Amino acid sequence: MNDFSQAFSKAIWLIIQLDGDLIEIVTLSLQVSLTAVLIASMIGLPLGAALALYRFFGRGLLVAMLNTFMGLPPVVVGLVVYLILSRSGPLGMLGLLFTPTAMIIAQVCLIAPIVAALTRQTILDANDEYHEQLKALGAKPSGLMITLLWETRYSLVTNMFAGFGRAIAEVGAVLIVGGNINHSTRVMTTAIALETSRGDIELALALGIILIMLSLTVTSVVMGARHAAYKIYN
Amino acid sequence: MQFASVLPLVFQNLGVSRQGKLLLDNLNTTVESAGTTIILGPNGAGKSLLLRIAHGLDLPDQGSLQWNQQTPQPGEPWRAFVFQKPVFLQRSVYANLEYVLKLNKIGKTNCDSLIREALQHTGLAELAARSARTLSGGEQQRLNIARAWILKPKVMLLDEPTAELDPSGVATIEMLIKAIAQQCTKIVMTTHSLGQAKRLASDILFLHQGRLIEHTSANLFFSQPETDLAKDFIAGKLLNNH
Repeated sequence: MNDFSQAFSKAIWLIIQLDGDLIEIVTLSLQVSLTAVLIASMIGLPLGAALALYRFFGRGLLVAMLNTFMGLPPVVVGLVVYLILSRSGPLGMLGLLFTPTAMIIAQVCLIAPIVAALTRQTILDANDEYHEQLKALGAKPSGLMITLLWETRYSLVTNMFAGFGRAIAEVGAVLIVGGNINHSTRVMTTAIALETSRGDIELALALGIILIMLSLTVTSVVMGARHAAYKIYN
Repeated sequence: MQFASVLPLVFQNLGVSRQGKLLLDNLNTTVESAGTTIILGPNGAGKSLLLRIAHGLDLPDQGSLQWNQQTPQPGEPWRAFVFQKPVFLQRSVYANLEYVLKLNKIGKTNCDSLIREALQHTGLAELAARSARTLSGGEQQRLNIARAWILKPKVMLLDEPTAELDPSGVATIEMLIKAIAQQCTKIVMTTHSLGQAKRLASDILFLHQGRLIEHTSANLFFSQPETDLAKDFIAGKLLNNH
């Protein structure tokens, strides 16, 4: 209990102090995870919608793979991205290993399947409700997909932030491909892992509390905006 | 004038079965009248299925249904379908109508005047900015009809559009349907209400258990029904034993 109260005090103190290192770590964490969410959404939203609406060869296999990949272990994703980006790997010449870009790539691999699988279910449910009416009105398959994505936008934002939650909280993938380099690729989770291994439990706990507060703040802002938009349109 | 291009509506040996059950059984008739055609019958007669086939939403297993020798495909702008339970986009009344125009690539310059006309026609002008999903049942059904009518279709197919409305809502919708019919739009509508059929129909297709029992003018149907089934239905008797 004592550890927790001290950690909480330290967390508050770090925030009040506006500690430069902390701000750098928080900023990088947000940059990496939000960028990953945006890219994963650009892949996952149309992919999920297409899997829900269209019938094509290999669709069943793709759905099974997506559902499996929702629970991908971050260290395995980190390892695979590491091998691809390492000097001897197929994309080694890009020199991306141990950069924030590598961390974004790893997180996209982790959360794109989550966004796609959740989007597929959301669009499937919406299609049950809208399909006949839109078909009767003359909507073509491509128009149907765009309409359903727009109509389910509030649910899709929630899906995207399920992905954000996974990204901001994972440590294995970003540690392997980012390397936890100070002032370069250190994010909240890798910093917590480092401080724990150093034995500075108090600082690690304080960072953990800040991470939870950060995640809560981002999610609250987005959900607040979602709620306000819903009230305006409904 | 418009009817010449869409009529006759011909059912030829039309049959549908699902999971081994015969839902429409060898229907043969021709609808040539320009007035309102009512498809009448008890629940489970196959009325809605027949209407859906007429819009291309379902396909027959045998035979054919053709509008002036054309097999219907869903989304043809000369025909519109009004569902019993409308589904609206999570948008305003105005935006729901605009959506139909955009689907049919109507230019922006014409959009506003068409939408205003449809809203005026259905008495929804005051509600243009309201969310479609917050309208009352009667208002939703008027919007449903406005959405179908906005492209001035030659044919409107209505599937029990008043089934969930109170008497004043029913009266409003029936007035709207009559007004649309008078503007040279062919109306084909399903109902199980004898009163509604009497008020609206110029000819009646009477269905029972997937079979076409009678197709005749409304006057003849109600004054001199040919079959025992029709007589019993008009008399309000149960038809299950036939």
